[in-house]
Amino acid sequence: MTNTTSVPAVDIHGVSRIFAARKGPGVTALDDVSLTVAPGEFVSLIGPSGCGKSTLLRLVADLDVPTSGSIEVFGKPARQARIDQDYGIVFQQAGLLPWRTVAGNIELPLELHGVGKAARRRRAAELITLVGLSDFASHYPDQLSGGMQQRVAIARSLAESPSLLLMDEPFGALDEMTRERMQNELVRICAETQAAVVFVTHSIPEAVFLSNRVVVMSPRPGRIRSIVSVGLGDVSGRGEGLRENEGFFHSLSEVRDLLHGDDAAGASENQAGARGVETR
Amino acid sequence: MRTAQPGLVQTVLAPIVFGVAVIVLWQALVTGLAIKAFILPAPFAIGAEFAGNLSNVASGMAVTGRNSLIGLVIGALFGIALAIVAALARLLDEMVAPIVAALSVVPIVALAPVLYTMFGAGAETARQLVAALAVFVPVYFNTLRGLRQVRPVHRDLMRAYAVTSWQATRAVTLPTALPYVFTGLRVASSLAVISALIAEYFGGPVGGLGKSITSAASSSNYGLAWAYVLGSIILGLLFYCAALAVEKLATRRSGG
Repeated sequence: MTNTTSVPAVDIHGVSRIFAARKGPGVTALDDVSLTVAPGEFVSLIGPSGCGKSTLLRLVADLDVPTSGSIEVFGKPARQARIDQDYGIVFQQAGLLPWRTVAGNIELPLELHGVGKAARRRRAAELITLVGLSDFASHYPDQLSGGMQQRVAIARSLAESPSLLLMDEPFGALDEMTRERMQNELVRICAETQAAVVFVTHSIPEAVFLSNRVVVMSPRPGRIRSIVSVGLGDVSGRGEGLRENEGFFHSLSEVRDLLHGDDAAGASENQAGARGVETR
Repeated sequence: MRTAQPGLVQTVLAPIVFGVAVIVLWQALVTGLAIKAFILPAPFAIGAEFAGNLSNVASGMAVTGRNSLIGLVIGALFGIALAIVAALARLLDEMVAPIVAALSVVPIVALAPVLYTMFGAGAETARQLVAALAVFVPVYFNTLRGLRQVRPVHRDLMRAYAVTSWQATRAVTLPTALPYVFTGLRVASSLAVISALIAEYFGGPVGGLGKSITSAASSSNYGLAWAYVLGSIILGLLFYCAALAVEKLATRRSGG
Protein backbone atom coordinates (compact mmCIF):
# COMPACT_ATOMS: atom_id res chain seq x y z
CA MET A 1 0.00 0.00 0.00
CA THR A 2 2.85 2.40 0.60
CA ASN A 3 4.51 2.00 -2.75
CA THR A 4 6.34 5.32 -2.95
CA THR A 5 8.96 4.35 -5.50
CA SER A 6 6.91 5.31 -8.57
CA VAL A 7 5.47 8.73 -9.46
CA PRO A 8 3.05 10.13 -6.88
CA ALA A 9 -0.67 9.64 -7.49
CA VAL A 10 -1.26 13.33 -6.90
CA ASP A 11 1.33 16.09 -6.77
CA ILE A 12 -0.05 19.50 -5.86
CA HIS A 13 2.53 22.24 -6.01
CA GLY A 14 1.99 25.82 -4.82
CA VAL A 15 -1.64 25.92 -5.87
CA SER A 16 -3.81 29.00 -5.34
CA ARG A 17 -7.38 29.51 -6.45
CA ILE A 18 -8.90 32.97 -6.37
CA PHE A 19 -12.56 33.35 -7.27
CA ALA A 20 -13.06 36.69 -8.96
CA ALA A 21 -15.62 38.97 -7.40
CA ARG A 22 -17.52 41.67 -9.26
CA LYS A 23 -16.05 44.25 -6.91
CA GLY A 24 -12.93 44.08 -4.79
CA PRO A 25 -10.04 41.63 -4.87
CA GLY A 26 -12.01 38.39 -5.04
CA VAL A 27 -12.09 35.44 -2.66
CA THR A 28 -8.93 33.44 -2.04
CA ALA A 29 -10.24 29.90 -1.69
CA LEU A 30 -6.80 28.32 -1.68
CA ASP A 31 -3.48 29.97 -0.97
CA ASP A 32 -0.18 28.30 -1.91
CA VAL A 33 -1.19 24.72 -1.16
CA SER A 34 1.26 21.87 -1.73
CA LEU A 35 0.51 18.20 -1.12
CA THR A 36 1.70 14.85 -2.41
CA VAL A 37 -0.35 11.67 -2.32
CA ALA A 38 1.47 8.38 -2.84
CA PRO A 39 -0.02 5.57 -4.94
CA GLY A 40 -2.37 3.47 -2.80
CA GLU A 41 -2.39 6.04 -0.02
CA PHE A 42 -5.60 7.21 1.66
CA VAL A 43 -5.49 10.93 2.40
CA SER A 44 -8.34 12.90 3.96
CA LEU A 45 -8.81 16.64 3.68
CA ILE A 46 -10.56 18.07 6.71
CA GLY A 47 -11.35 21.57 7.87
CA PRO A 48 -14.20 23.94 8.60
CA SER A 49 -16.49 25.24 5.84
CA GLY A 50 -14.68 27.61 3.51
CA CYS A 51 -11.24 26.08 3.94
CA GLY A 52 -11.15 25.12 0.28
CA LYS A 53 -11.03 21.36 0.69
CA SER A 54 -13.71 20.72 -1.92
CA THR A 55 -12.12 23.31 -4.19
CA LEU A 56 -8.81 21.47 -3.92
CA LEU A 57 -10.49 18.20 -4.87
CA ARG A 58 -12.21 19.82 -7.85
CA LEU A 59 -8.85 21.16 -9.00
CA VAL A 60 -7.31 17.68 -8.85
CA ALA A 61 -10.29 16.41 -10.86
CA ASP A 62 -9.82 19.26 -13.36
CA LEU A 63 -13.41 20.34 -12.80
CA ASP A 64 -11.86 23.73 -12.04
CA VAL A 65 -8.52 25.32 -12.90
CA PRO A 66 -6.04 26.77 -10.37
CA THR A 67 -5.24 30.48 -10.56
CA SER A 68 -1.58 29.62 -10.04
CA GLY A 69 0.53 26.58 -9.26
CA SER A 70 0.52 23.14 -10.82
CA ILE A 71 -1.27 19.85 -10.24
CA GLU A 72 -0.01 16.56 -11.58
CA VAL A 73 -1.84 13.27 -11.42
CA PHE A 74 0.39 10.23 -12.04
CA GLY A 75 2.99 12.57 -13.50
CA LYS A 76 0.65 14.24 -16.03
CA PRO A 77 -1.16 17.56 -15.87
CA ALA A 78 -4.60 17.25 -14.22
CA ARG A 79 -6.34 17.97 -17.54
CA GLN A 80 -4.56 15.12 -19.30
CA ALA A 81 -5.30 12.80 -16.38
CA ARG A 82 -8.99 13.65 -16.70
CA ILE A 83 -8.96 13.02 -20.44
CA ASP A 84 -7.13 9.73 -19.83
CA GLN A 85 -9.69 8.80 -17.15
CA ASP A 86 -7.05 8.21 -14.50
CA TYR A 87 -9.41 8.88 -11.62
CA GLY A 88 -12.87 7.93 -10.44
CA ILE A 89 -14.98 10.48 -8.63
CA VAL A 90 -17.79 10.42 -6.05
CA PHE A 91 -19.71 13.51 -5.02
CA GLN A 92 -21.74 14.28 -1.92
CA GLN A 93 -24.88 13.69 -3.96
CA ALA A 94 -24.93 10.27 -5.58
CA GLY A 95 -25.79 12.00 -8.88
CA LEU A 96 -27.27 8.86 -10.42
CA LEU A 97 -29.30 9.12 -13.61
CA PRO A 98 -32.87 8.41 -12.43
CA TRP A 99 -33.93 6.90 -15.76
CA ARG A 100 -31.24 4.21 -15.60
CA THR A 101 -31.21 1.11 -13.43
CA VAL A 102 -28.46 0.43 -10.89
CA ALA A 103 -26.61 -1.66 -13.49
CA GLY A 104 -27.23 0.99 -16.15
CA ASN A 105 -25.78 3.69 -13.93
CA ILE A 106 -22.67 1.68 -13.19
CA GLU A 107 -22.26 0.93 -16.90
CA LEU A 108 -22.58 4.63 -17.82
CA PRO A 109 -18.84 5.53 -17.86
CA LEU A 110 -18.01 2.28 -19.68
CA GLU A 111 -20.73 2.94 -22.23
CA LEU A 112 -19.56 6.52 -22.81
CA HIS A 113 -16.02 5.29 -23.34
CA GLY A 114 -17.01 2.68 -25.88
CA VAL A 115 -16.69 -0.54 -23.88
CA GLY A 116 -18.57 -3.41 -25.53
CA LYS A 117 -21.91 -4.57 -24.17
CA ALA A 118 -20.79 -7.96 -22.86
CA ALA A 119 -17.73 -6.55 -21.09
CA ARG A 120 -19.91 -3.79 -19.61
CA ARG A 121 -22.40 -6.29 -18.23
CA ARG A 122 -19.67 -8.37 -16.69
CA ARG A 123 -17.93 -5.42 -15.04
CA ALA A 124 -21.19 -4.01 -13.68
CA ALA A 125 -22.11 -7.38 -12.19
CA GLU A 126 -18.70 -7.58 -10.48
CA LEU A 127 -19.03 -4.12 -9.01
CA ILE A 128 -22.61 -4.66 -7.88
CA THR A 129 -21.38 -7.67 -5.92
CA LEU A 130 -18.46 -5.63 -4.55
CA VAL A 131 -20.79 -2.99 -3.09
CA GLY A 132 -23.28 -5.60 -1.92
CA LEU A 133 -26.27 -4.70 -4.09
CA SER A 134 -26.69 -8.00 -5.94
CA ASP A 135 -30.44 -8.05 -5.36
CA PHE A 136 -30.91 -4.53 -6.69
CA ALA A 137 -29.20 -4.58 -10.10
CA SER A 138 -32.42 -3.86 -11.99
CA HIS A 139 -33.84 -1.39 -9.47
CA TYR A 140 -34.06 2.31 -10.23
CA PRO A 141 -32.36 4.93 -8.03
CA ASP A 142 -35.67 6.18 -6.61
CA GLN A 143 -36.27 2.71 -5.21
CA LEU A 144 -33.05 2.81 -3.17
CA SER A 145 -32.12 4.40 0.15
CA GLY A 146 -29.55 7.21 0.29
CA GLY A 147 -26.84 4.81 1.46
CA MET A 148 -27.57 2.37 -1.36
CA GLN A 149 -27.52 5.17 -3.93
CA GLN A 150 -24.13 6.27 -2.66
CA ARG A 151 -22.88 2.69 -2.94
CA VAL A 152 -23.98 2.69 -6.58
CA ALA A 153 -22.08 5.95 -7.07
CA ILE A 154 -18.97 4.36 -5.55
CA ALA A 155 -19.35 1.32 -7.80
CA ARG A 156 -19.72 3.65 -10.79
CA SER A 157 -16.52 5.48 -9.81
CA LEU A 158 -14.68 2.15 -9.72
CA ALA A 159 -16.01 0.99 -13.10
CA GLU A 160 -12.84 1.70 -15.01
CA SER A 161 -10.53 0.47 -12.23
CA PRO A 162 -8.95 3.86 -11.57
CA SER A 163 -5.75 4.06 -9.52
CA LEU A 164 -7.07 7.21 -7.89
CA LEU A 165 -10.41 7.84 -6.24
CA LEU A 166 -11.57 11.38 -5.52
CA MET A 167 -14.35 11.54 -2.95
CA ASP A 168 -16.07 14.79 -1.99
CA GLU A 169 -17.93 14.22 1.28
CA PRO A 170 -19.48 11.05 -0.11
CA PHE A 171 -21.12 10.12 3.19
CA GLY A 172 -22.01 13.67 4.22
CA ALA A 173 -25.72 13.23 3.63
CA LEU A 174 -26.03 9.86 5.36
CA ASP A 175 -27.15 9.10 8.90
CA GLU A 176 -24.48 8.11 11.42
CA MET A 177 -25.14 4.37 11.40
CA THR A 178 -25.21 4.09 7.63
CA ARG A 179 -22.14 6.26 7.55
CA GLU A 180 -20.05 3.95 9.76
CA ARG A 181 -21.15 0.93 7.76
CA MET A 182 -20.18 2.70 4.54
CA GLN A 183 -16.79 3.59 6.01
CA ASN A 184 -16.15 -0.06 6.85
CA GLU A 185 -17.11 -1.01 3.30
CA LEU A 186 -14.91 1.69 1.82
CA VAL A 187 -11.94 0.36 3.80
CA ARG A 188 -12.63 -3.11 2.38
CA ILE A 189 -13.08 -1.80 -1.18
CA CYS A 190 -9.85 0.22 -0.99
CA ALA A 191 -7.98 -2.83 0.21
CA GLU A 192 -9.34 -4.79 -2.76
CA THR A 193 -8.73 -2.14 -5.42
CA GLN A 194 -5.39 -0.75 -4.14
CA ALA A 195 -6.42 2.72 -5.34
CA ALA A 196 -5.11 5.94 -3.84
CA VAL A 197 -7.91 8.01 -2.31
CA VAL A 198 -8.30 11.73 -1.72
CA PHE A 199 -11.25 12.05 0.63
CA VAL A 200 -12.91 15.31 1.65
CA THR A 201 -14.87 15.21 4.90
CA HIS A 202 -16.29 17.26 7.75
CA SER A 203 -16.01 14.46 10.25
CA ILE A 204 -12.92 13.94 12.39
CA PRO A 205 -13.58 10.26 13.27
CA GLU A 206 -14.29 9.52 9.64
CA ALA A 207 -11.02 11.08 8.54
CA VAL A 208 -8.99 9.30 11.23
CA PHE A 209 -10.67 5.94 10.74
CA LEU A 210 -10.13 5.87 6.98
CA SER A 211 -6.82 7.59 6.37
CA ASN A 212 -3.12 7.03 6.30
CA ARG A 213 -2.75 10.79 6.59
CA VAL A 214 -5.19 13.52 7.57
CA VAL A 215 -4.63 16.94 6.03
CA VAL A 216 -5.98 19.60 8.38
CA MET A 217 -6.92 22.81 6.59
CA SER A 218 -7.77 26.29 7.84
CA PRO A 219 -10.10 28.80 6.18
CA ARG A 220 -9.84 32.31 4.74
CA PRO A 221 -7.57 31.90 2.93
CA GLY A 222 -7.62 28.11 2.52
CA ARG A 223 -4.30 26.69 3.64
CA ILE A 224 -2.91 23.43 4.92
CA ARG A 225 -2.37 23.86 8.65
CA SER A 226 -0.81 20.50 9.36
CA ILE A 227 -0.70 16.90 8.22
CA VAL A 228 -1.33 14.15 10.76
CA SER A 229 0.02 10.69 10.04
CA VAL A 230 -2.41 8.22 11.49
CA GLY A 231 -0.33 5.33 12.81
CA LEU A 232 -3.06 2.75 12.69
CA GLY A 233 -1.32 0.42 10.29
CA ASP A 234 -2.40 -0.81 6.92
CA VAL A 235 -5.79 0.41 5.76
CA SER A 236 -6.63 -3.16 4.72
CA GLY A 237 -6.33 -4.32 8.30
CA ARG A 238 -8.84 -1.84 9.65
CA GLY A 239 -12.03 -3.14 11.12
CA GLU A 240 -14.83 -2.10 13.39
CA GLY A 241 -12.61 -2.78 16.45
CA LEU A 242 -10.34 0.09 15.47
CA ARG A 243 -12.95 2.61 16.56
CA GLU A 244 -12.28 1.53 20.20
CA ASN A 245 -8.50 1.57 19.76
CA GLU A 246 -6.20 3.76 21.89
CA GLY A 247 -4.29 5.03 18.82
CA PHE A 248 -7.58 5.97 17.16
CA PHE A 249 -8.50 8.25 20.07
CA HIS A 250 -5.00 9.68 20.15
CA SER A 251 -5.14 10.68 16.46
CA LEU A 252 -8.68 11.92 16.97
CA SER A 253 -7.62 14.41 19.64
CA GLU A 254 -4.53 15.40 17.66
CA VAL A 255 -6.66 16.34 14.64
CA ARG A 256 -9.19 18.04 16.87
CA ASP A 257 -6.53 20.15 18.57
CA LEU A 258 -5.15 21.20 15.19
CA LEU A 259 -8.58 22.23 13.97
CA HIS A 260 -8.87 24.45 17.03
CA GLY A 261 -5.45 25.96 16.59
CA ASP A 262 -6.59 29.52 16.08
CA ASP A 263 -8.76 29.75 19.17
CA ALA A 264 -6.50 27.83 21.53
CA ALA A 265 -7.06 30.56 24.11
CA GLY A 266 -10.67 29.55 24.59
CA ALA A 267 -10.17 26.13 26.14
CA SER A 268 -13.84 25.61 26.85
CA GLU A 269 -14.66 26.20 23.22
CA ASN A 270 -12.09 23.57 22.30
CA GLN A 271 -14.10 21.05 24.23
CA ALA A 272 -17.24 22.04 22.38
CA GLY A 273 -15.64 21.48 19.00
CA ALA A 274 -14.63 23.72 16.17
CA ARG A 275 -17.31 25.62 14.35
CA GLY A 276 -18.35 23.95 11.17
CA VAL A 277 -16.70 20.63 12.02
CA GLU A 278 -18.49 17.62 13.32
CA THR A 279 -16.60 16.14 16.23
CA ARG A 280 -18.84 13.16 16.77
CA MET B 1 -42.77 9.38 -8.18
CA ARG B 2 -44.11 6.72 -5.90
CA THR B 3 -47.22 7.72 -4.07
CA ALA B 4 -49.78 5.52 -2.42
CA GLN B 5 -52.26 4.34 -5.03
CA PRO B 6 -55.80 5.26 -4.03
CA GLY B 7 -58.24 2.36 -4.26
CA LEU B 8 -60.28 1.47 -7.33
CA VAL B 9 -63.40 2.73 -5.61
CA GLN B 10 -61.91 6.17 -5.19
CA THR B 11 -60.40 6.57 -8.65
CA VAL B 12 -63.09 5.01 -10.82
CA LEU B 13 -66.32 4.63 -8.94
CA ALA B 14 -66.43 8.03 -7.21
CA PRO B 15 -66.31 10.17 -10.38
CA ILE B 16 -68.85 7.91 -12.10
CA VAL B 17 -71.30 8.20 -9.22
CA PHE B 18 -70.79 11.95 -9.17
CA GLY B 19 -71.29 12.25 -12.93
CA VAL B 20 -74.49 10.22 -12.90
CA ALA B 21 -75.82 12.30 -10.00
CA VAL B 22 -75.12 15.54 -11.89
CA ILE B 23 -76.87 14.25 -15.03
CA VAL B 24 -79.91 13.09 -13.07
CA LEU B 25 -80.10 16.42 -11.26
CA TRP B 26 -79.71 18.31 -14.56
CA GLN B 27 -82.49 16.24 -16.17
CA ALA B 28 -84.73 16.77 -13.15
CA LEU B 29 -84.14 20.53 -13.17
CA VAL B 30 -84.84 20.90 -16.91
CA THR B 31 -88.03 18.82 -16.75
CA GLY B 32 -89.17 20.12 -13.36
CA LEU B 33 -88.69 23.82 -14.14
CA ALA B 34 -89.66 23.41 -17.82
CA ILE B 35 -86.49 25.12 -19.04
CA LYS B 36 -86.60 25.90 -22.79
CA ALA B 37 -84.31 23.90 -25.03
CA PHE B 38 -82.53 27.01 -26.41
CA ILE B 39 -81.46 27.92 -22.88
CA LEU B 40 -80.43 24.47 -21.73
CA PRO B 41 -81.56 21.20 -23.32
CA ALA B 42 -82.05 18.15 -21.11
CA PRO B 43 -79.16 15.67 -21.01
CA PHE B 44 -81.28 12.83 -22.32
CA ALA B 45 -82.32 14.98 -25.30
CA ILE B 46 -78.64 15.72 -26.02
CA GLY B 47 -77.87 12.03 -25.63
CA ALA B 48 -80.64 11.10 -28.06
CA GLU B 49 -79.34 13.64 -30.63
CA PHE B 50 -75.81 12.38 -30.10
CA ALA B 51 -76.86 8.77 -30.66
CA GLY B 52 -79.08 9.70 -33.63
CA ASN B 53 -76.34 11.70 -35.39
CA LEU B 54 -73.43 9.55 -34.34
CA SER B 55 -71.92 9.32 -37.81
CA ASN B 56 -72.17 13.09 -38.37
CA VAL B 57 -70.59 13.83 -34.98
CA ALA B 58 -67.91 11.24 -35.62
CA SER B 59 -67.04 12.68 -39.02
CA GLY B 60 -66.94 16.16 -37.47
CA MET B 61 -64.58 14.82 -34.83
CA ALA B 62 -62.44 13.27 -37.55
CA VAL B 63 -62.15 16.56 -39.48
CA THR B 64 -61.38 18.71 -36.43
CA GLY B 65 -59.22 15.97 -34.91
CA ARG B 66 -57.14 15.73 -38.07
CA ASN B 67 -56.55 19.50 -38.12
CA SER B 68 -55.64 19.44 -34.42
CA LEU B 69 -53.24 16.55 -34.86
CA ILE B 70 -51.47 18.10 -37.85
CA GLY B 71 -51.21 21.37 -35.94
CA LEU B 72 -49.96 19.58 -32.85
CA VAL B 73 -47.23 17.77 -34.76
CA ILE B 74 -46.08 20.84 -36.72
CA GLY B 75 -46.17 23.13 -33.68
CA ALA B 76 -44.40 20.59 -31.47
CA LEU B 77 -41.66 19.91 -34.01
CA PHE B 78 -40.97 23.60 -34.47
CA GLY B 79 -41.18 24.28 -30.73
CA ILE B 80 -38.75 21.49 -29.82
CA ALA B 81 -36.33 22.28 -32.64
CA LEU B 82 -36.21 25.98 -31.89
CA ALA B 83 -35.82 25.31 -28.15
CA ILE B 84 -32.83 23.05 -28.80
CA VAL B 85 -31.21 25.71 -30.96
CA ALA B 86 -31.98 28.40 -28.39
CA ALA B 87 -30.52 26.26 -25.59
CA LEU B 88 -27.31 25.79 -27.56
CA ALA B 89 -26.94 29.40 -28.70
CA ARG B 90 -27.49 32.00 -26.04
CA LEU B 91 -27.53 34.81 -28.62
CA LEU B 92 -30.33 33.18 -30.59
CA ASP B 93 -32.30 32.67 -27.38
CA GLU B 94 -32.06 36.37 -26.65
CA MET B 95 -33.05 37.23 -30.22
CA VAL B 96 -36.04 34.90 -30.25
CA ALA B 97 -37.32 35.46 -26.70
CA PRO B 98 -39.23 38.71 -27.37
CA ILE B 99 -40.80 37.27 -30.53
CA VAL B 100 -42.00 34.16 -28.74
CA ALA B 101 -43.23 36.28 -25.84
CA ALA B 102 -45.18 38.44 -28.29
CA LEU B 103 -46.55 35.32 -29.95
CA SER B 104 -47.71 33.97 -26.60
CA VAL B 105 -49.91 37.00 -25.90
CA VAL B 106 -51.50 37.09 -29.36
CA PRO B 107 -55.00 35.61 -29.19
CA ILE B 108 -54.03 33.12 -31.85
CA VAL B 109 -57.54 32.32 -33.08
CA ALA B 110 -57.82 36.01 -33.93
CA LEU B 111 -55.32 35.27 -36.69
CA ALA B 112 -57.78 32.84 -38.28
CA PRO B 113 -59.55 35.39 -40.57
CA VAL B 114 -56.18 36.66 -41.78
CA LEU B 115 -54.97 33.14 -42.47
CA TYR B 116 -58.17 32.25 -44.32
CA THR B 117 -57.47 35.15 -46.68
CA MET B 118 -53.89 33.97 -47.11
CA PHE B 119 -54.58 30.28 -47.79
CA GLY B 120 -58.09 30.45 -49.26
CA ALA B 121 -61.37 29.71 -47.53
CA GLY B 122 -61.60 26.26 -49.08
CA ALA B 123 -58.53 24.80 -47.39
CA GLU B 124 -58.01 23.45 -43.88
CA THR B 125 -54.48 24.95 -43.82
CA ALA B 126 -55.48 28.03 -41.85
CA ARG B 127 -56.98 25.93 -39.05
CA GLN B 128 -53.95 23.67 -38.87
CA LEU B 129 -51.69 26.70 -38.68
CA VAL B 130 -53.75 28.23 -35.90
CA ALA B 131 -53.45 24.98 -33.94
CA ALA B 132 -49.72 24.79 -34.69
CA LEU B 133 -49.16 28.34 -33.43
CA ALA B 134 -51.11 27.64 -30.26
CA VAL B 135 -49.07 24.48 -29.68
CA PHE B 136 -45.72 26.05 -30.44
CA VAL B 137 -45.62 28.42 -27.46
CA PRO B 138 -46.04 25.98 -24.53
CA VAL B 139 -43.88 23.33 -26.21
CA TYR B 140 -41.10 25.83 -26.86
CA PHE B 141 -41.07 27.25 -23.33
CA ASN B 142 -41.30 23.89 -21.60
CA THR B 143 -38.61 22.29 -23.75
CA LEU B 144 -36.24 25.21 -23.27
CA ARG B 145 -36.82 25.06 -19.54
CA GLY B 146 -36.21 21.32 -19.53
CA LEU B 147 -32.96 21.67 -21.45
CA ARG B 148 -31.70 23.98 -18.70
CA GLN B 149 -32.48 21.58 -15.86
CA VAL B 150 -29.26 19.55 -15.97
CA ARG B 151 -28.11 19.17 -12.37
CA PRO B 152 -24.64 20.55 -11.55
CA VAL B 153 -23.56 17.14 -10.26
CA HIS B 154 -24.41 15.59 -13.64
CA ARG B 155 -22.55 18.36 -15.45
CA ASP B 156 -19.49 17.71 -13.26
CA LEU B 157 -19.80 14.00 -13.90
CA MET B 158 -19.86 14.50 -17.67
CA ARG B 159 -16.82 16.73 -17.45
CA ALA B 160 -15.03 14.16 -15.29
CA TYR B 161 -15.80 11.55 -17.97
CA ALA B 162 -14.24 13.84 -20.58
CA VAL B 163 -17.03 13.11 -23.08
CA THR B 164 -17.94 15.16 -26.14
CA SER B 165 -20.74 17.68 -25.78
CA TRP B 166 -22.95 15.57 -28.05
CA GLN B 167 -22.41 12.52 -25.79
CA ALA B 168 -23.28 14.61 -22.75
CA THR B 169 -26.38 15.94 -24.51
CA ARG B 170 -27.55 12.43 -25.30
CA ALA B 171 -26.65 10.90 -21.93
CA VAL B 172 -27.93 13.65 -19.66
CA THR B 173 -29.41 16.80 -21.22
CA LEU B 174 -32.09 15.24 -23.43
CA PRO B 175 -33.33 12.65 -20.89
CA THR B 176 -33.48 15.42 -18.27
CA ALA B 177 -35.52 17.63 -20.61
CA LEU B 178 -37.91 14.87 -21.71
CA PRO B 179 -40.46 15.19 -18.87
CA TYR B 180 -40.67 18.93 -19.54
CA VAL B 181 -41.22 18.35 -23.25
CA PHE B 182 -44.07 15.98 -22.48
CA THR B 183 -45.63 18.36 -19.99
CA GLY B 184 -45.56 20.98 -22.75
CA LEU B 185 -47.16 18.53 -25.16
CA ARG B 186 -49.88 17.67 -22.65
CA VAL B 187 -50.80 21.32 -22.21
CA ALA B 188 -50.55 21.83 -25.98
CA SER B 189 -52.76 18.85 -26.84
CA SER B 190 -55.92 20.48 -25.47
CA LEU B 191 -54.90 23.84 -26.93
CA ALA B 192 -54.57 22.24 -30.37
CA VAL B 193 -58.16 20.96 -30.30
CA ILE B 194 -59.61 24.17 -28.89
CA SER B 195 -57.76 26.34 -31.40
CA ALA B 196 -58.58 24.20 -34.43
CA LEU B 197 -62.22 24.14 -33.38
CA ILE B 198 -62.59 27.85 -32.63
CA ALA B 199 -60.81 28.68 -35.89
CA GLU B 200 -63.74 27.06 -37.71
CA TYR B 201 -66.05 29.79 -36.38
CA PHE B 202 -64.25 32.33 -38.56
CA GLY B 203 -64.78 30.65 -41.92
CA GLY B 204 -63.38 27.89 -44.04
CA PRO B 205 -64.93 24.64 -45.27
CA VAL B 206 -67.79 22.91 -43.46
CA GLY B 207 -67.62 19.49 -41.85
CA GLY B 208 -65.71 20.16 -38.63
CA LEU B 209 -67.20 20.30 -35.15
CA GLY B 210 -66.99 24.08 -34.87
CA LYS B 211 -68.91 24.70 -38.07
CA SER B 212 -71.45 22.02 -37.12
CA ILE B 213 -72.10 23.62 -33.73
CA THR B 214 -72.77 27.03 -35.29
CA SER B 215 -74.94 25.68 -38.09
CA ALA B 216 -76.99 23.48 -35.73
CA ALA B 217 -77.50 26.38 -33.34
CA SER B 218 -78.47 28.80 -36.13
CA SER B 219 -81.15 26.37 -37.33
CA SER B 220 -82.52 26.20 -33.75
CA ASN B 221 -81.50 22.58 -33.39
CA TYR B 222 -80.11 23.07 -29.89
CA GLY B 223 -80.00 19.41 -28.95
CA LEU B 224 -77.85 18.71 -31.99
CA ALA B 225 -75.59 21.70 -31.26
CA TRP B 226 -75.02 20.29 -27.79
CA ALA B 227 -74.40 16.84 -29.24
CA TYR B 228 -71.55 18.38 -31.27
CA VAL B 229 -70.31 20.13 -28.13
CA LEU B 230 -70.28 16.72 -26.47
CA GLY B 231 -68.25 15.47 -29.45
CA SER B 232 -65.77 18.32 -28.94
CA ILE B 233 -65.40 17.44 -25.28
CA ILE B 234 -64.74 13.81 -26.18
CA LEU B 235 -62.19 14.85 -28.81
CA GLY B 236 -60.39 17.16 -26.39
CA LEU B 237 -60.33 14.44 -23.74
CA LEU B 238 -58.97 11.95 -26.27
CA PHE B 239 -56.10 14.26 -27.11
CA TYR B 240 -55.41 15.07 -23.49
CA CYS B 241 -55.51 11.46 -22.31
CA ALA B 242 -53.31 10.29 -25.18
CA ALA B 243 -50.75 12.98 -24.34
CA LEU B 244 -51.01 12.16 -20.64
CA ALA B 245 -50.47 8.45 -21.31
CA VAL B 246 -47.41 9.16 -23.45
CA GLU B 247 -46.10 11.51 -20.77
CA LYS B 248 -46.56 8.94 -18.01
CA LEU B 249 -44.90 6.29 -20.12
CA ALA B 250 -41.92 8.45 -20.99
CA THR B 251 -41.32 9.90 -17.56
CA ARG B 252 -41.72 6.88 -15.31
CA ARG B 253 -38.18 7.35 -14.04
CA SER B 254 -37.56 11.04 -14.13
CA GLY B 255 -37.97 11.68 -10.41
CA GLY B 256 -35.21 11.56 -7.81
